Amino acid sequence: MSGSEPVPAVPAVPGVVAPATPPVVDASELSSLVGQSLRTEELVVNMGPQHPSTHGVLRVVIKTDGEVVTALQPHIGNLHRCAEKIGESLPYYQWLPYVDRMDYLAAINNEHGACLAIERLGGIVVPERAEYVRLILAEVQRVASHIFAMGVYGLDIGAITPFLHTFRERERGLDLLDHIAGGRLLYHVVRIGGVKRDLSPEWIDECHAFLDAVERRLPEYNALLLDNHIFQERTCGIGVITGKQAVAWGVTGPALRASGVDWDCRRDAPYGIYDRFPFEVPVAPSGLAGTVGDCFHRHWVRFKEVEQSISIVRRALRALPPGEIMAKLPKTFKPPKGEVFVRVENPRGELAYYAVSEGAEKPWRMRCRGPSFSNIAVVTEIAPGTLIADLVALMGSLDIVLGEVDR
Amino acid sequence: MKELLDRLVEGSSLLQAVPRGLVYTTGILLACSGVLLLVSLFAGEIVWMERRISGRMQARIGPNRVGPQGLLQFLADGVKLLAKEDVIPSSADRGVFVIAPYIVFAGVFAAFAAVPLGAGLVPADLPFGLFYVLAITSVEVVGVIMAGWASNSKWSILGTMREVAQVISYEMPLAISALTVAVLAGTLNLTDIVAQQSGWVWNWWVFRSPATFVGFFLFFTAALAALKRAPFDLPEAESELVAGFHTEYTGFRFAIFFLAEYAGMFLFALLTAILFCGGWHLGVPVDLTSGLARAAGFLVLFLKACAFLFVMIWVRWSLPRYRVDKVMYLCYKVLLPWSVVALVVAALQVLLTGGR
Repeated sequence: MSGSEPVPAVPAVPGVVAPATPPVVDASELSSLVGQSLRTEELVVNMGPQHPSTHGVLRVVIKTDGEVVTALQPHIGNLHRCAEKIGESLPYYQWLPYVDRMDYLAAINNEHGACLAIERLGGIVVPERAEYVRLILAEVQRVASHIFAMGVYGLDIGAITPFLHTFRERERGLDLLDHIAGGRLLYHVVRIGGVKRDLSPEWIDECHAFLDAVERRLPEYNALLLDNHIFQERTCGIGVITGKQAVAWGVTGPALRASGVDWDCRRDAPYGIYDRFPFEVPVAPSGLAGTVGDCFHRHWVRFKEVEQSISIVRRALRALPPGEIMAKLPKTFKPPKGEVFVRVENPRGELAYYAVSEGAEKPWRMRCRGPSFSNIAVVTEIAPGTLIADLVALMGSLDIVLGEVDR
Repeated sequence: MKELLDRLVEGSSLLQAVPRGLVYTTGILLACSGVLLLVSLFAGEIVWMERRISGRMQARIGPNRVGPQGLLQFLADGVKLLAKEDVIPSSADRGVFVIAPYIVFAGVFAAFAAVPLGAGLVPADLPFGLFYVLAITSVEVVGVIMAGWASNSKWSILGTMREVAQVISYEMPLAISALTVAVLAGTLNLTDIVAQQSGWVWNWWVFRSPATFVGFFLFFTAALAALKRAPFDLPEAESELVAGFHTEYTGFRFAIFFLAEYAGMFLFALLTAILFCGGWHLGVPVDLTSGLARAAGFLVLFLKACAFLFVMIWVRWSLPRYRVDKVMYLCYKVLLPWSVVALVVAALQVLLTGGR
C-alpha cells in the first residue's frame, strides 16, 4: 500500500478521461472577492469503520476540500481473524469451515478453491459427478452474489428499492444452497475429495425455477439501475480504472474485465470442469455509455456475468452424470512434500491459494490471495479529485467484502 | 380570527367579563394548537403512507400492526422516540443544539397559518399569502445551519453545507414558478387564486396558460429539491453522509426533524394543489365553498394533496440520488432559466390579453 502523500488528481496515463470534477475555488481568490483574508483548511474525515457504505468495517481516512476528496487512505484489519495461521495449525480437513468465512457472500467458491489446492497437493482424483455438483453450486453462488452486489450498489447510489428486489431472488438462491448444505451463508459442503451431499431431482427442478426467475427479473433490475438516467449520470465516467492501472494494481474479476482486459480464470486457466462449458466472457465494450473502466461498466459486467452463469448452470444440470460424489480418502490425510498454487475465479475476482506441505497432517504454509484486498487498494490512486459521492460510487462498484480483505 | 372572537364575546355574557386581550390570546393559542394538532397528525399519517407504499413497492408489507392497517404506527414511533435517551454530544454547542429542531419545525408550521384548507378555512387569510408561505419556509434553513454547526460533527457540517446551498438555490425557481400563477391571477392571496379556478377542470391554472403548465412541473420539481426529497436528498444522503445534519440527534429532537420534514411535504403538496390544480374545486361546476359543502371541499383538497404526496413517495423509492454538483447544475442551468421564461411568458400574456 502506498503512503499517505496525496496522489495527483488526474491519473497520468494517456487516454484517460478525467472524472468530472467541479472547479475548486482557491482560497486567495475567495479572499479577494470578500476583501479580507479567509482562513480555509482541509477537513480530515474518518469514513467508517461504522459507515453505511464501507460494506463492513473498513475505515477510510479522507482529506476533503469541501466535497472534493483530495487524498484518502483505506485502513484495513478490523476484521482480521488469522484465517491463514489457523490453516497452518489445523489438519487439512478442519480448515475448510474457516475458508467460508473469508468471503461470506461466496463461500462455495472459497471452498472450491481450497479443496482444489489440497487435492492437487495430495493427488486426489475427484469423482465426475462431484465435479459437476461443485460447478453447479459455485455458479449458483455466483449468481446470488452478483445480483446481491447489483442491488447493494443501488443502495450506495441512493436507490433503495432495487436492493430489496434483488434480495428477493438472491434469497431463493441461498435457499437452494441451504437445502444442500443446511446453512444460508456458510456451507462447508464442498469437501476434500468431492462434495458432502448430492443433488436430488427435486433440487434440480427448483434450481431451474430459480434460474428462470432471475432471468425474468434481470430486465427489471436494469430498468431501475442500468437504464436509469440518474444512475448513468452517477456512474458514467466516474472512477475510471484503465486496463493498465487495473493490471498494475492487481485488480481482478468483474472490475478487471470492466477495464477492458479480457481475462477470466474459468476460461483462460480452467480448473474443475470449466473447460467443458465454453461461455462468453463479458468484457466492457467501448460502445456503452460512459468510459471503459468506469463504475457503469463494472455494474454492466456483473449483469452480463449473471446471464453467462445461468447458461453454464443450465447446461451442467442437463449433463449431470450419475455416480459417486466422494473419493475414497484415508482417515488421516498426509499429502507428500511439495507446494501448490491454485487460483479460482471468485465473484469478486481471482482467489488464489498457495499451500506448502512438509508431509505432515497440517500444512506448513497456507496462503490466500484475496481479490477484494487487491481491489480496494486501487482507490488510493483513482479516488483523489473526485467528490465524496463518487468515492462511495467507486467503492461500491468494486464490490469488496471486508471479511476477505482482512481474512 | 378577530371578527370570529368578537362575535363569540358578544354572544356570551360570561366572556364579556373577561378582558378582551385575554380572550384574543386564548383564542389564538387554541387555534394554533388545533392547527398544530392537525399538521402533526397529517405528518404522522404521511409517514405511515410512505412506509406502506414503499413496502408495496419493495415486495414487503410495511407497518400493519398498530391500529387498523397500521394507521396509528406514528403514535407508537413517537412514544418509542420519547422514551429514548436524549443524547447531546459533549462537544456540541448545547443551547443552539437544543433549540435547532424547534426552529426547523416552526418554519414549516408557521407556513400553515396562511394556507387555506377549504373556502374560508384559513387561520389568517393574508392578502400576500403566497409570499408569506414561501418566505417563512426559508426559516427552516436557519434551524438546519444551527443543527449542523452545533453538532460539532464533520458529517453534520458536510450535510449542512449541502442543505444550505441546495435549499437556498432551489427557492429561486420555486418562487419564480409560483409567481407565474400570481402574475396571471393578479393576486397573492391563496383563497383568491383558488376562487379563480372554479368551474370546469380547464379553469385550473395548470391548464390555462403554457406558462403555468410549465410552471407546474418546475414548481413540483423545485419543491422536491427544497424539501430534500429523493432524488435530491443529498443533505441527509445516508450512504454518503451517514445522516447529514441530524447525524447527532436522537430521541424526540430527531422526531421533531422528522415531523418537520413530513409537514413540509404536506405543505408543498397542498400548495401545488392550491396554486395549479384548483384547490378545493372538484373540476366540475359544483359549489364546494359554502355551508357543509366546505367539508367536501376540504376532502377534495386533501385528496389532491395525497395524490401529489404519492408522486413524491413514488419518485423517492424508484430513483437513485443525484450528485451534489448535478443538483446545482439542474437548479441554475435548467430550472431557473425555464422558470424565468415561464414568468416572462405569463407577463406577456397579461400584457397582451389583459389577464383574461
